[in-house]
Amino acid sequence: MAIIAKDGYVDIVRDKVENFHGNQVVYVSWDDHLLFCAAQAFPLPPQMPFQALVSDVMSSVFNWHDDFEKVNWSQVLWNLDGEAFEPDMAKSLAENGVAHKSLIRFKTPGLTGINGTRI
Amino acid sequence: MAAKKLNLRKRYELLTRGMGWDTTYQKMDDVFPYDSFEGIKITDWDKWEDPFRLTMDAYWKFQAEKEKKLYAIIDSFAQNNGQTNLVDASYLSAIKLFITGVTPLEYGAHQGFAFLGRHFRGEGARVACQMQAIDELRHAQTQIHTISHYNKHFTGLHDPFYQFDRVWYLSVPKSFIEDAQSSGPFEFITSISFAFEYVLTNMLFVPFMSGAAYNGDMATTTFGFSAQSDESRHMTLGLEIIKFMLEQHEDNLPIIQRWIDKHFWRAYRLLALVSAMQDYMLTNSPMSWKEAWEIYFVENGGALFEDLGRYGLKMPKHHELATAEADHLSHQVWSVFCALGSATGFHTFEPSDEKMDWLSEKYPDTFDKYYRPRFEHWKKQKKEGTFKYMESLPQLCQVCQIPMVFTEVQTDPMQLSFRSTEFKGDKYNFCSDGCKDIFEHEPEKYTQAWLPVHQIFQGNCGGATIPEVREWYKFAPEDGSDYFDSQDYRRWQEWHGKDEPAKTGSND
Repeated sequence: MAIIAKDGYVDIVRDKVENFHGNQVVYVSWDDHLLFCAAQAFPLPPQMPFQALVSDVMSSVFNWHDDFEKVNWSQVLWNLDGEAFEPDMAKSLAENGVAHKSLIRFKTPGLTGINGTRI
Repeated sequence: MAAKKLNLRKRYELLTRGMGWDTTYQKMDDVFPYDSFEGIKITDWDKWEDPFRLTMDAYWKFQAEKEKKLYAIIDSFAQNNGQTNLVDASYLSAIKLFITGVTPLEYGAHQGFAFLGRHFRGEGARVACQMQAIDELRHAQTQIHTISHYNKHFTGLHDPFYQFDRVWYLSVPKSFIEDAQSSGPFEFITSISFAFEYVLTNMLFVPFMSGAAYNGDMATTTFGFSAQSDESRHMTLGLEIIKFMLEQHEDNLPIIQRWIDKHFWRAYRLLALVSAMQDYMLTNSPMSWKEAWEIYFVENGGALFEDLGRYGLKMPKHHELATAEADHLSHQVWSVFCALGSATGFHTFEPSDEKMDWLSEKYPDTFDKYYRPRFEHWKKQKKEGTFKYMESLPQLCQVCQIPMVFTEVQTDPMQLSFRSTEFKGDKYNFCSDGCKDIFEHEPEKYTQAWLPVHQIFQGNCGGATIPEVREWYKFAPEDGSDYFDSQDYRRWQEWHGKDEPAKTGSND
């Protein structure tokens, strides 16, 4: 749309990836586990292997839920920015197509929260 | 011959319209440079009907009278230790959120109306805006004076204006008012006077005035009453400006409709914080968020837009979603505060058994099914000593800046609602179609958003951990976390004798 401002706008994109000191922002959300009220945000280097995201980053946060230790990682269904995808665990976030401010969702078949409530 | 006393109408005309003139040394467009770029066409400012014929001298007299009464009551409240008559000290979480989140909005509204009081070309509209500018300043001031009494006895009330510019959940009201203030004058007044004050103001007044009275808070009730007579003037101004713009030129309609769509959604999202105050933070709630929404928006708002239909104006876009969300809103917002309770400047607590039963009754379709289990889970963990606050940070919406906790209430209430778009190669994330629409109309404005979570990641907020960020927020160690571990709670118990169980008792 046309800009509606008397003198235009100062061209500021406050969350350019360059502003994150070598990191990019990645959001991760666990489907059917609303004890996590929102997707969680992380500043991560794009070179980080996907495996490290799972074992180091996600585990330190999502273990807040008792279901986390029961996750069978070979069965997890992944979704990147709205599309189903299969990450290559050995490759980096960038190589897996995870961009700055991408949203990764994961679904854990058989695990549906506290007493099956999706919480 | 002695001059005849002027009648009120004549006097009013002389003191408003009579004070204006068309400039000749400078072009009017240079003197009033802000009232045309938005595309609103005004052909005749003289058609402006003043919604209230109040002259400045009468205004000062009325306001002085209100102030005198208010300060007499506040003084007696302080002298009689009025704070001890509260129903419970946990109630003050609502007041803490109010002074940090709402009072700075009053000040922002003051700045905005002062700008309009200079930059509208019509004298009648200028005078009305000048009065409202002073009202808003008065509201900010009286709120600060009233609440300063609580600041002597309770935590979390010490630095509201400093915190407003920094704290993660206060960026929600801050971005709301700055969005309006950085618009042109017609959009500002549509946002504040119409969408907020006319359509939605009752949603704020119910929890704070009736809510305060219900919980023994006579101080807040008093400033509420003192502000209320100003508010009715503000609401009248809101309606008048909409009608005036619509009557001036048919080209104004689509612009106004878009503003109403946008600022209804902005104001509604801001009120999500209020829904949590109303249903959870008030020890005794006079009515539920859902009941208030049904009465004040669905019924009264519906009738208003039916009336405005003759100008071609329609109900704000996405209002159906707002109504569908009424069953979920407060529970979702209070859940995120409880989970992130170590990062708040007020105390959080799970609802008492009594409160949970009230919530079940008020929300028969949703509370027991979707929300009770998470509060019971946290309560159980607290009892067992295994509870931990979340230490990671949530994804925020690029427009409303609220953590993205809202769900697909119309299709699957347990599925988070995610929306996104790309602009100049970057991704942007939103909580709803309402916020996404606002971004897509003016992306250059919202790419500038100061999102607290991203600012922490960029290293601009004192550090990377919650304790470091809290210090940067000027949160004192005793300001946040669970009410039952707090200084406020211990003090309250001492005042009332330790045997008396707290009304909000959750650790029972």
